[in-house]
Amino acid sequence: MATPKEMLTTWDKIQFGAVLPSFEDPKTKKRSKFHSYNYKVADWRVEKPVFNPDLCINCDFCWVWCPDSCILVEEVTTKRGKKQAKMVGIDYDHCKGCGVCVDVCPTPIKSLLMFPEHTPIEEALAQWPKKEDKKKD
Amino acid sequence: MKKITNLKEFACTPDRFLGGHRLCPGCAHSMIVREVVNATDDDLVVSTATGCLEVCSAIYPYTSWDVSWIHIGFENAAAAISGAEAMHKALKRKGKLYTDRPVKFVAFGGDGGTYDIGFQALSGATERGHDFLYVCLDNEGYMNTGGQRSSSTPIGAHTTTSPRGRVSYGEKQKKKDITMIMAAHGSPYVATACPSYWKDLAVKAQKALETEGPTFINALSPCTTEWKFKPEETVRIGELAVESCAFPLYEIENGTKLRITYRPKKKIPVKEYLGAQGRFSHLFKKGNEWILDLWQKQVDEYWDYLQRREECGV
Repeated sequence: MATPKEMLTTWDKIQFGAVLPSFEDPKTKKRSKFHSYNYKVADWRVEKPVFNPDLCINCDFCWVWCPDSCILVEEVTTKRGKKQAKMVGIDYDHCKGCGVCVDVCPTPIKSLLMFPEHTPIEEALAQWPKKEDKKKD
Repeated sequence: MKKITNLKEFACTPDRFLGGHRLCPGCAHSMIVREVVNATDDDLVVSTATGCLEVCSAIYPYTSWDVSWIHIGFENAAAAISGAEAMHKALKRKGKLYTDRPVKFVAFGGDGGTYDIGFQALSGATERGHDFLYVCLDNEGYMNTGGQRSSSTPIGAHTTTSPRGRVSYGEKQKKKDITMIMAAHGSPYVATACPSYWKDLAVKAQKALETEGPTFINALSPCTTEWKFKPEETVRIGELAVESCAFPLYEIENGTKLRITYRPKKKIPVKEYLGAQGRFSHLFKKGNEWILDLWQKQVDEYWDYLQRREECGV
């Protein structure tokens, strides 16, 4: 019987009822060149979301509603021994700049905000609204 | 069976529908697909009818899926998945399966591929009793080809084949109730869902996948391009649709037992949902007030009907 790796080479090696992996190497999760993960849609956006880790409460709302799966999370274990996803950043290769993540962010001062594409991240973080600014509005 | 308790745990799931697809920014299709495919750890076989999801997730030579995926014509997503399921069953009986891991079968179709064109294939597959889940991504029109009307388009909506103008007020017919039609087939599990309520959708998808037999989920998919709202408002539009009871969330078991899964705390007037979208903007002009009243009346009547059914347990 053909191995999954052989099955990926030509179509006539595919076995009936086989489950084909979409990875070239399933262990390291290296995706093949035909996976759209290796295609960049970054040039679609005009504004980019910037992530402020100081204000984030790790609610993961942005993860579940991001249409392009470009909220990067990392699995951590809490003090009580429970699994929890911690937000680490944004995948700027696949973000189309729709702004859904900013809209759903629940913190009083949003921990994700849209900035023009050319703004460097350090500059955007420096411009972040403060608590006093919000009270004035 | 995977346990879905809270979002923090759910977010540890490795994604099986990845970025790099060419759906519009802020499209609800990929939200629904991710919430459905992440709801289970089992292997999946997915078939997709022609539509936005298919043309955007499988542009040659790229694919966005980490699961086995079949592309099939507009009309036969349900037929293809029932064939795959029948083959799997036959190979299992003969002991010729490649793996022993459980495999689930899912079909995705747009509302054109479900309400109109693919309806006979879906009806046939449900009648034959194959074990699959059919998810309808209901964006109320043929949005892939530029926004023509379908039988899912609600009354008063502007589409390119039911345009608004001096004489016309947009779509004349009311939305077909596909969920009740599927329930009338005697399907063991039928539900409506909205991606703005992620847990509701994920739990329903899991329940549908665990149920043996043909199951159906009708998921509302707000379309930023043709419903004419800003891309970042997708989640909020879905919430408005459910909170105003224009798209109530319920499930029906065995075609007889209806249960409302989400009750809005305070029902908001349907005007707020319609006013948020550009395709209904002409209804707020002088002379068209009667359509807004008609909308409200239809929504209230349907909500009352659902509540009566739930109370009686039928």
